[in-house]
Amino acid sequence: MHLICHYIHEPLYMFSPITHTHTQHKHLVSNLFWKRFFPMSICRLARSRTITRFLKTKICPFEIHERLITPNYSFFHACSSYKTLAGNFTRKPHELWDKTANILAFRRFESARAGEQAEAVSYTDDDEDENQSIDFPGGRVTFTPQIKFISESTDKRVPCYRVLDDDGYPFAGSRSEQVDKETALKMYKSMVTLQIMDHIFYEAQRQGRISFYMTSMGEEAINIATAAALSPDDIILPQYREPGILLWRGFTIEEFANQLFGTKNDAGKGRQMPVHYGSKKHNFVTVSSPIATQLPQAAGIAYSLKMDNKEACAVAFTGDGGTSEGDFHAGLNFAAVMEAPVLFICRNNGWAISTPISDQFRSDGVVVKGQAYGIRSIRIDGNDTLAVYSAIRAAREMVIREQKPILVEALTYRVGHHSTSDDSTKYRPLNEIEYWKTARNPLGRYRKWVQRNGWWTDEEETELRGSIRKQVMNAIQVADKTEKPSLKELFTDVYDRLPLNLHEQEKSLRETIKRHEQDFPADVPL
Amino acid sequence: MGFVVVLLKREEKRMFGFIRQRAACRGNHASSLERGIRATALRTFSSSGKEMTVRDALNSALDEEMSADPKVFLMGEEVGEYQGAYKISRGLLKKYGPERVRDTPITEAGFTGIGVGAAYYGLKPVIEFMTFNFSMQAIDHIINSAAKSNYMSAGQISVPIVFRGPNGAAAGVGAQHSQCFAAWYGSCPGLKVLVPYSSEDARGLLKAAIRDPDPVVFLENELLYGESFPVSAEALDSSFCLPIGKAKIEREGNDVTITAFSKMVGYALKAAEILAKEGISAEVINLRSIRPLDTSTINASVRKTNRLVTVEEGVPQHGVGAEICATVVEESFYYLDAPIERIAGADVPMPYAANLERIAVPQVDDIVRAAKRICYRSH
Repeated sequence: MHLICHYIHEPLYMFSPITHTHTQHKHLVSNLFWKRFFPMSICRLARSRTITRFLKTKICPFEIHERLITPNYSFFHACSSYKTLAGNFTRKPHELWDKTANILAFRRFESARAGEQAEAVSYTDDDEDENQSIDFPGGRVTFTPQIKFISESTDKRVPCYRVLDDDGYPFAGSRSEQVDKETALKMYKSMVTLQIMDHIFYEAQRQGRISFYMTSMGEEAINIATAAALSPDDIILPQYREPGILLWRGFTIEEFANQLFGTKNDAGKGRQMPVHYGSKKHNFVTVSSPIATQLPQAAGIAYSLKMDNKEACAVAFTGDGGTSEGDFHAGLNFAAVMEAPVLFICRNNGWAISTPISDQFRSDGVVVKGQAYGIRSIRIDGNDTLAVYSAIRAAREMVIREQKPILVEALTYRVGHHSTSDDSTKYRPLNEIEYWKTARNPLGRYRKWVQRNGWWTDEEETELRGSIRKQVMNAIQVADKTEKPSLKELFTDVYDRLPLNLHEQEKSLRETIKRHEQDFPADVPL
Repeated sequence: MGFVVVLLKREEKRMFGFIRQRAACRGNHASSLERGIRATALRTFSSSGKEMTVRDALNSALDEEMSADPKVFLMGEEVGEYQGAYKISRGLLKKYGPERVRDTPITEAGFTGIGVGAAYYGLKPVIEFMTFNFSMQAIDHIINSAAKSNYMSAGQISVPIVFRGPNGAAAGVGAQHSQCFAAWYGSCPGLKVLVPYSSEDARGLLKAAIRDPDPVVFLENELLYGESFPVSAEALDSSFCLPIGKAKIEREGNDVTITAFSKMVGYALKAAEILAKEGISAEVINLRSIRPLDTSTINASVRKTNRLVTVEEGVPQHGVGAEICATVVEESFYYLDAPIERIAGADVPMPYAANLERIAVPQVDDIVRAAKRICYRSH
């Protein structure tokens, strides 16, 4: 089994005679289309990056240089099927269309004549024709007398970058970042910790000890490998399923427990509901409940980093559902226009509470949206720890070096329910959840690779799991018994300094407490 | 359409009051000592004979703050090349460059979000909305992110951002360009809401807002931009700033208190002139700050005059006047000689036709009639 690095894959697929089926018809992109329709700027770009150059040179994806980037027209143009003027494809086009077609001389690919094929595309540089281009605001475009719509979908989806197969064997010829034993083990242990933490805190909610919890089950690789690939100076703007990053950066299990229980030891002073962690010292911006608001904010932070000339970037997470928010558009568009060093990471886990991605968008996932904003993008297997690590390393370096945003779509599956308020068995089959929980589990796959390297044993596994479990249980016991924040924390931090009206309100409250001590709850320290 | 500015006689500057004011600028809450002095000290500055439009006042305030602190930057639609949709940022792009005066695409949600993010990190953005009606497209960032972050993060994330732009009715711009948002933003804990009237207000309050570590909503008024007001030498000084949360007594009086903010202060002053001719001495309070609301000044004044008329452009239900009424009833009930009168805009989206628009917002005669009613002088 071999998987050629996807950087090579794209151009091959773009320039070979492409056949794809559209019901019974085989279509190929016409030479005419390529000559006439392409914008000049892309022509010029393509000229410097033709397939021959790609194939001639040895490609090492992690030497960061131009050749790493493919002008990825393929998923827009190469395999496009074409629509008639009328719109939808019909097998027996109306006679009128025939006539119209002839008059307008546009190529109809949906034709009743079965087996009709257009010419194979082979876009070459010498097809440029300066006379066939025209100026508009935004630049020069070539024009064509043919009516050609860009198809709304391509037959071939954008492939994802993957390093390890399901058994933890690296694919032959796969390229990835070298991971030393220490980092590899730290990643594995953190993934185990995250998994156990999630299990036990989830159970704690079920027992009524905390009010709410969200697990990251199935997405441990994204959480930990991303954190490992970034530097501690990079500012994280999470959505809510990225506690692994905090874990990696040193947030202790006790600190997690304190936030969940809202104790006085919580750095957040018990202000936020559970899982809404935040830590300035770990460069982790407080989780905010409204979806995707962190995306334009990340562009703002990145803009500040850029103005400060820092060797760091802003990293913003979102799920597949978050890409439907207006802020997704605003954030990506702005980051591209402002050339802000943001790394946008979309955890496409297939579900937004009960909304499957087929109801969320009709594009080929999220990666194709990047190009629409002028943002370089990549799709990766989010359950492959090494792939995530390598891709994020590469992306981060590009973001900082070029001071431009990058979009990473990490494909994965949300094994757990959306939150403790959700029962996902109501809208998806149990066997699907089981499959992803077992056969496609990121930990299992990675563990096989780590163990095969001789870096981990079954005994260490049992020992680790036992000790983490004890630690988490202990943290829960302690946090459960810890005092809640005091009354004065009700009024602080609304503003930088306590304003007069709040000062008066607190005073009045304390007087009322003194007068009616029996009515005041016992668990709120004064 | 401008209206005549009434030049009031000013007393000599009280040095002590000025110093107290500058000290108060740095802390945004009043001590009891300040409260005592404030009523008399804050209201007077010596006349320097210089006049300045509100537009120039805002422009100079922005200019001075941007030059004093490199972290301050301006962002919004048309603020750069176009010199500002209302020319408030004229000359700033040329002086500070595109890094600090950023033109943005038409995404309120986008640039507000970016501003909030930049503020999280430590910059001091000034976000301009073409009108506050369009801030509705970004209100989640203003309320859920800017207003609440300091509290939710237990002080770890502060948001030193200023949202500014024209608010309220202009002339003939219809419903979606004319709403007054003072009451809406005034109900959000975590925000500070300022409503300047004169050029001095504009300068002092904008400077205070930019220096303030909390998110500030700065509601200007389009029709006031072109108005000229006299400014004192102190107000022209680059370190001048006004304290947030203090109202100003624009005109002293004994018979009835009229509270107003923004453009309505001008109307109230005109009404006071008319009332003076009829023997009613009205005290006009320029609120300057909706949140925090200067309830002490208002109550002190009501205890003196025993009558209150509140004036605002927005609708009466849940409005600023409603809040003032409630607080006066709570604190100074026994001082009232008559029920409080609220003058507010009609409870409708703003119509366009000039005649309808005129009757949909309070006019000077409405204020005069209310004051007379409350003094039991009407027929």
